[in-house]
Amino acid sequence: MNRKKTFLPLFNPLSKDNPVIVQVLGICSALAVTAKMEPALVMTISVTAVLALSNVIISLLRNTIPSSIRIIVQLVVVAALVVIVDQVLKAWNYEVSKALSVFIGLIITNCIIMGRLEAFGLNNRPWASFLDGVGNGLGYGIILIIVSFFRELLGSGTLFGCTVIPQSWYEAGYMNNGLMILPPMALIVVACIIWAHRSINKDLQE
Amino acid sequence: MKGLKRKIDKIKPQFEKGGRFEKLQSVFDGFYTFLYTPNETSRSGVHIHDANDSKRTMITVIIALLPCCLFGMWNIGLQHYMAIGDADQGLFKLFFYGLWAVLPQILTAYIVGLGIEFIVAQIRGHEIQEGFLVSGLIIPMICPVDTPWWMLAVAVAFAVIFAKEVFGGTGYNFLNVALVTRAFLFFSYPSKMSGDSVFVRLGNGVPVDAYSGATPLGQIASSGDATATMTDILGNPLSMSDIFFGFYPGSWGETSTLCILIGAAILLVTGIANWRIMLSGVLGAVVMSVIANTWASPLYPASYLSPIEQICLGGFMFAIVFMATDPVTASHTNVGKYIYGALIGVMAILIRVYNPGFPEGAMLAVLLMNCFAPLIDHCVVSVNIKRRMNRQKVKNQ
Repeated sequence: MNRKKTFLPLFNPLSKDNPVIVQVLGICSALAVTAKMEPALVMTISVTAVLALSNVIISLLRNTIPSSIRIIVQLVVVAALVVIVDQVLKAWNYEVSKALSVFIGLIITNCIIMGRLEAFGLNNRPWASFLDGVGNGLGYGIILIIVSFFRELLGSGTLFGCTVIPQSWYEAGYMNNGLMILPPMALIVVACIIWAHRSINKDLQE
Repeated sequence: MKGLKRKIDKIKPQFEKGGRFEKLQSVFDGFYTFLYTPNETSRSGVHIHDANDSKRTMITVIIALLPCCLFGMWNIGLQHYMAIGDADQGLFKLFFYGLWAVLPQILTAYIVGLGIEFIVAQIRGHEIQEGFLVSGLIIPMICPVDTPWWMLAVAVAFAVIFAKEVFGGTGYNFLNVALVTRAFLFFSYPSKMSGDSVFVRLGNGVPVDAYSGATPLGQIASSGDATATMTDILGNPLSMSDIFFGFYPGSWGETSTLCILIGAAILLVTGIANWRIMLSGVLGAVVMSVIANTWASPLYPASYLSPIEQICLGGFMFAIVFMATDPVTASHTNVGKYIYGALIGVMAILIRVYNPGFPEGAMLAVLLMNCFAPLIDHCVVSVNIKRRMNRQKVKNQ
């Protein structure tokens, strides 16, 4: 029982308390980076890393931060981590870094991060904060991956850049759906996920 | 006929509450009221009854669409045989060629759209709504003749589910379902929805040398100079009467202004469509074309078109007569209808002339104003409330 409780912050955000489809946070980046699966995966890893580390750092500092300037302290921590992630990406995976362009920098404005720091990191111990950060990052990532899976499959006929729709389909008249590449469709895919998720979890229905 | 009625009455109890096919009650109801007028009356209170229920409304609109539909089919045949240099065919051969070309599309639209409506009605226990009767015919008419049927099926499913059923079904949609279908197709499969090769069906025929399948508005948009003349698919210049009667390639239901005017007359005489929207829409388009024409520039080739050409070409008339007047998605206040219609006219010409990405703007104009219709109504109502409040204040002083 106790053990289960320790890992609650890790597993809860994956479905019941998902930051994207239940709390409806971080939608902008979910629309922007999900046209292809690779950027979505990199974004997931980046956000998870930033969120977990900043949650731990804020948690360690939680007793020394004066309440009146806590937002600035949080911003400084997050900004430092985002710059590190950005530099790492530029060094190791320049192509994806270019594809993600400003969105890595904009992780700092991701509502999920500030939300978790305020709601969890400031009040909890480092280990729990770490689990919470990883959990929320992955919860955000799952949605990103599902959305980008459908968008890349139907919009470009590829997955992680590999063609999966056979050539014979195209010859038979199949065409990629151009609307899937455009941001509006991401919104509709997210809406469909919310729809499916709430019909399974009836207690979430308002 | 009597026998049929007796047979239906015999199986009726099975579909009522407690019967064997209780779940399919609304399917039965749908077909029953399609064939026979229901004889149920309200049990309490005072109700004003009109013979004009939504089934009759929809069927009237279908009748109004028929001239465009029949002419469009004939025109498909005409364009096809002109393109392969063999235009000397009889009326019926041209007509049946077109009918054969669009029949699969019409069937696809109806089967997919009505199928979804039937399923949703069963799940929710609603009555089956008639709204899709009109949309199902309009959808193929505003698409190019060569639209593949599976694209149409995907688009219809998308539009019916996401533009209509999620909001509560017929009467609750805030966007015109037929136009959402077209917009979905337009943005999903642009190469099948615009350009020079989709509006004339060639089939297996080899086109003659002078052939070009560009629509008049497409020609103007790509011409890039002020003196461009519009031609038919063989390169002969189009006269004003050709444009008015609709002898040019385009989305097949919307080329003939004459047939659209006949349809408009039917809708106005029967009181189904609202004349305020049509009138203000046409006026808005005229005003905007005059403005564009006054400051015409070679940068925007379509600005050289005269107002009458702007109105007769492309899908503008069809959109303003059959789609802007959709009572569900239009503004509801009378003043609001003038504003709504006029803005559709202005936007359609604005997009057509000044946006190089879109040779035709009627679809986007109507969809845009669909979104704004509730806002227009809200403003009109609150202005009215304010005016009356002020009047009251003055009196009290």
